[in-house]
Parts: sequence; structure tokens; C-alpha cells
Amino acid sequence: MKDDTFELAGKRYKSRLIVGTGKYRDFAETRAAIEESGAEIVTVAVRRVNITDPNKENLLDYIDPKKWQILPNTAGCYTVEDAVRTCRLAREAGVGDLVKLEVIGDQATLFPDVPATLEAARILVKDGFKVLPYITDDPVACLRLAEIGCAAVMPLAAPIGSGMGIRNPFNLRIILEQAKVPVIVDAGVGTASDAAEAMELGCDGLLINSAIASAKDPIAMARAMRLAVEAGRLAYGAGRIEQKLYATASSPLSGLIR
Amino acid sequence: MPIDFQITLNGEPYAVNGDARLIGLIEGLKLKRGRVAVEINREIVPKAQWSSVTLAPGDIVEIVNFVGGG
Repeated sequence: MKDDTFELAGKRYKSRLIVGTGKYRDFAETRAAIEESGAEIVTVAVRRVNITDPNKENLLDYIDPKKWQILPNTAGCYTVEDAVRTCRLAREAGVGDLVKLEVIGDQATLFPDVPATLEAARILVKDGFKVLPYITDDPVACLRLAEIGCAAVMPLAAPIGSGMGIRNPFNLRIILEQAKVPVIVDAGVGTASDAAEAMELGCDGLLINSAIASAKDPIAMARAMRLAVEAGRLAYGAGRIEQKLYATASSPLSGLIR
Repeated sequence: MPIDFQITLNGEPYAVNGDARLIGLIEGLKLKRGRVAVEINREIVPKAQWSSVTLAPGDIVEIVNFVGGG
């Protein structure tokens, strides 16, 4: 684990944590949390500009695209057409061709529409995008997305913003075993132990927004997540001990006083 | 003939007067060039064409930028 850099879409990163920029109180807090998280990739959403108040501050005034890799998402898109259109607009806005693809299938769970995600991914890959798709923790869907040419797969751990943690570590393990592209857990992390758990499973990266932004102290939680991702990754590389039902003594059994 | 017509800008009616060029609209809104993308009637207009493209009555214009999101 000497040179444990994270390679994604042809670029190397030191941090395996990707953070979102939604739900913060203001842009100053957004920036402070991102700095503290150590993340080098940050997600953003694409929305209509504020016509009535164009002097309003812009997110990119705080998050310099020269310093951070901007990862536009297609959050809120329920159709292939809207998702593809959003990605093309994002690319035109000038932050590159890396996109987080989400095609949502249901408002209550925000679970992805898997067939629509596959179709949108096909169009976007053909169009030259480096696609990071948000997807259910479905090993077959992840295989298909990798075959299509996605730069990574991003299975959810639990519903977006739910903070429920890793609900199905077994599916994630299968996805990891079969993966030919990086696996980034996207959505569901609630606290630092969830982040560590995902990394200990062997995930290549982690995408977190709500768990940091909606914490009582987002800056402290950003730091906690950075440390948890590092700790989890180290533990994964170090190789954990086998789990056994009965004790194995740590101290010598010989030389005891009698 | 003076330029004075309506378009739909980001879902709202918007009056274009005096300057029908797309660049006129963007500069009038004081938008930062490097931060936005523009669609007219669902077709993306690349930045290089902003000066040459003119708006027409009834055009549906979308101008987007980046906001906080996961």
C-alpha cells in the first residue's frame, strides 16, 4: 500500500473521498468543509441561473475549478433525455467531461431507474463523457455499466440522505469481486464508521454529501470522514484478522507464576 | 424597426429590447461567461457562437450554472 493513489477516469487522486456541495448553510461553510475533508473531487448540480438576482454569489466563486475536479450530477432527472441534456449543458459550462449520472426512478426512495441509467450511460459514453453512474447495489447492473464503458460504478449503500449506512455489505462484496472498474459507494453513509466499513470492504472510493453537510458540525464531520476513509483503506490493505467465535490468548501461555 | 419582443427565459416571459444578440442577453444579465451554458429551443449554443447568434420572438432559452448538490 505504498503508493495508494486512486485512479479515476485517467487521473490520479490522493483522496478517495468525493464530497457533495448541497445542503450547506452557505458557500463559506461549503468550502471550509470541503477543505477539511481533503476531497479533490466535488459534486455539483446543474440548475437555471438566478435571473432576478444575477449578482448573487456563485458556488464556483468559492470552489475553484482549478483546484478541485468538478463533478456535475444529473440529480433530479427522471428520464434519459433530461439526464443526457443536463450532462451536455454541464460540459458546455466548461468543467470537463466527467459526470455523475443519476436517472431517478422513484421520488420516495430516490432509487435509480436501472434500465434508464444503462441507456443514458450508453449515449453519454458514446458522446465522449467519462461517466460515473449512481446505481443500486445490483451486481448485474454494475457489470453492465462497466461493459458499456463507464469510468466507475457507484452503487448506493442506502437511500440518498438516509444515513442508514451499508445496508447490504454482501452485495457490495460481490460487486467488488466482479468489478473491472473502480467501485465508489455513493449515498447512504451516516457517520464515520459507515465510511470506514465501506473502505474496509475494499471500495475504491466514497461519495458523501448529507452526512457531512447536515451534521451538527459539518466541518468536524468532514474531518471525521476524511480520517475514516483513510483508516478504512489502511485496514483493508493491512488485512484484517479472521473472525472467530472463541478466544485466542494474546499473552504467552507459558511462564506463568505458580 | 426597433427590437422589442418576448422570449421565454428559464421558464419565465422575458422582454428582449434594443439588442437581439445572445451575447447582449448574457451581458445584460451580468453572467460570468465561464460559468454558464445556454440552450435555445433545446439546442446548446457553444460559447464561440454567442456573439453571432440572435434571438427570435418566442425562443425558449435556458441558461444554467452550477449550484450545490450531491
